[in-house]
Amino acid sequence: MKPEGKFMLQCPIPKSEYECILLAHGGGGKLTRQLIERMFYPLFENDILLHGHDGAFLPPIPGELAMTTDSFVVDPIFFPGGNIGELAVNGTVNDLICCGAEPLYISLAFILEEGFLLDDLWTIVKSIARSARHAGVKIVTGDTKVVEKGKGDKIFINTTGIGRVLPGLSISPEKCAAGDVVIINGSIGDHGVAILTEREGLAFESDIKSDTRALNAMMLDVFRKCPEIHVLRDPTRGGVATALNEICLSSRSGIRLRENDLPVNDAVRGACEVMGLDPLYLANEGKILLILPEADAMEVLTIMQRHKEGAQSRIIGTVSSDHPGLLRMETSIGSTRIVDMVSGEQLPRIC
Amino acid sequence: MKHIDEYRDKKLVDKLLQVIEKSVTRSWTIMEICGGQTHSIMKYMLMELLPNKISLIHGPGCPVCVTPLELIDRAVELGGRPDVILVSFGDMLRVPGSRDDLLSVKARGGDIRMVYAPLDALDIAQRNPLKEVVFFAVGFETTAPAVALAIKEAGRRALDNFSVLVSHVLVPPAIRALLEDSQNQIDAFLAAGHVCTIMGTSEYIPLASQYQIPIVVTGFEPVDILLGIKVCIEMLEQKRSGVENAYARSVKPEGNQAAKELLQEVFETVDRKWRGIGILPGSGLGLTEGYQKFDAELRFDLQAFETEESTVCMAGEILTGRKKPSDCPAFAKSCKPENPLGAPMVSTEGACSAYYRYKKEQS
Repeated sequence: MKPEGKFMLQCPIPKSEYECILLAHGGGGKLTRQLIERMFYPLFENDILLHGHDGAFLPPIPGELAMTTDSFVVDPIFFPGGNIGELAVNGTVNDLICCGAEPLYISLAFILEEGFLLDDLWTIVKSIARSARHAGVKIVTGDTKVVEKGKGDKIFINTTGIGRVLPGLSISPEKCAAGDVVIINGSIGDHGVAILTEREGLAFESDIKSDTRALNAMMLDVFRKCPEIHVLRDPTRGGVATALNEICLSSRSGIRLRENDLPVNDAVRGACEVMGLDPLYLANEGKILLILPEADAMEVLTIMQRHKEGAQSRIIGTVSSDHPGLLRMETSIGSTRIVDMVSGEQLPRIC
Repeated sequence: MKHIDEYRDKKLVDKLLQVIEKSVTRSWTIMEICGGQTHSIMKYMLMELLPNKISLIHGPGCPVCVTPLELIDRAVELGGRPDVILVSFGDMLRVPGSRDDLLSVKARGGDIRMVYAPLDALDIAQRNPLKEVVFFAVGFETTAPAVALAIKEAGRRALDNFSVLVSHVLVPPAIRALLEDSQNQIDAFLAAGHVCTIMGTSEYIPLASQYQIPIVVTGFEPVDILLGIKVCIEMLEQKRSGVENAYARSVKPEGNQAAKELLQEVFETVDRKWRGIGILPGSGLGLTEGYQKFDAELRFDLQAFETEESTVCMAGEILTGRKKPSDCPAFAKSCKPENPLGAPMVSTEGACSAYYRYKKEQS
């Protein structure tokens, strides 16, 4: 079939044929074929995928490789600022970036619930294609399974990502050293609150949108010009507090944040005040934490701030040898407290 | 952000601290009643900033913490029934009963839902006419009017499938119980600002007068709490007792008349057991006769549960301010928020949980 997917607005499988996913769409037969040929191939078109094998043949890649896998079960699947599809691509790309790798290939596996609307699948698949093109990654292999009504929840997506580690980079929590600074590329908690606004029993009106975004353009720029980065982490589930606590624990370093330096949008702050949540524990989907020597901080900040996704980049804390293994924060009124790892689940199915 | 930043303002905090420092001449022990205040004190580490002469001890004002085990067991039992949707505030779902918590019931297939507003539970009942929707109502006078409204509204909408498992408690009887204890070391109270926003300040006047103690109505932000402490210290140093309002932007002496009327219509005072403390006379709310058809304990045939508290846990001493969380040998060792041995570690507003979260000793 002609790869014209980029320009198709309507779902290529008309409602007169099928309005929703049937068990047979995952059965490997004609309906599976129809999904692949009429929906996936035209949108994800690339030389590797279109070979149509059971798996992908990848060309040789020089150097060290990075691989990541992730599953996406966010509820709701459509939320302010995005949907589960772009979350899946951006999340996978950002995980590779956190390994210091240039993202190249992604696999995509759908678990669909019987009765899921084809129009919704079409919207999600279009978002996946758009996000993959934007991030410059190829979707090279995939799978579709369908479970009976009530045995899943609309759509789950599993991905695997492969990337090439940039030479000269060596990223690891153990490299965290006293005197290093902690940088973040913008406001925290936006994704968590965006999801919250759509939840049953929690719904409220706000302008907050998810920050879901691939960070490879900005970060590859940083890697090329300043390879002295010690640690990278995307503060997704559990938020900045959990990501930094993990770094503290695995590096046995202490990190000290300054509350006044934490970038939090007023709308997110307001929602947190009302709901009794702490933005430090809310999920982000387009944010990255960098730990690097102070001497390189200004150069890195300048590079990051040139990119849209890094315009609000700033230093939020420092690494210290005073309190190994602990994340502490200087509060807005000048006292100091512990910022603990989240206990239990603040909000389930956030990504 | 307006209405928040000015109450977390460092300059104002420093100014209040200076005034407090100047006026305090001897050691005083002040108890904040409300768990929200405990949480704020720990979150901003106010003890670190206050003069050493002032000790803050933490009261029993965490409603989730003082909900008795057997009531949680009843909620767990109801939540596990196939025909029941059990609805509550988020904090309550994590609290272990003697065998189980509500989240585990949910994991096994129970329909357990979290809401922020009791009226949302009514909507759930309306959408699920074939299910019994039980709202597990926990809280002080602050949340009781919203529950009362939901119950009244259920009557208006003739929702026969809605009921409430009531665990509401009241502040003044708890203050009385604390002061009746001859071992208590409390010199003054910070009264709970939001409770007084509903109930006003008149209930506290006889308490302050009988026990010759300052009771200062106090808010929740750092500036509010320091203002409450400043007023306490001034009263103590001047040997004055009585009730003063340091949260005037929210609290009127007469309280919220409409909310009080609603409470009076739907609820009546009953004796209630407080976890870690025991039965306090007249310290809880039960449904008035006209609304007893919405009482889950009457609607369902619930078994009587035998419950047993951990012998290591010193919740009673912590909830009455006789001990601090860090005095407990189990604190941050065998007792953590993930595996709480007793009441004050279970909710984020509990004193042990607040200590663990913001101050735990280096592990």
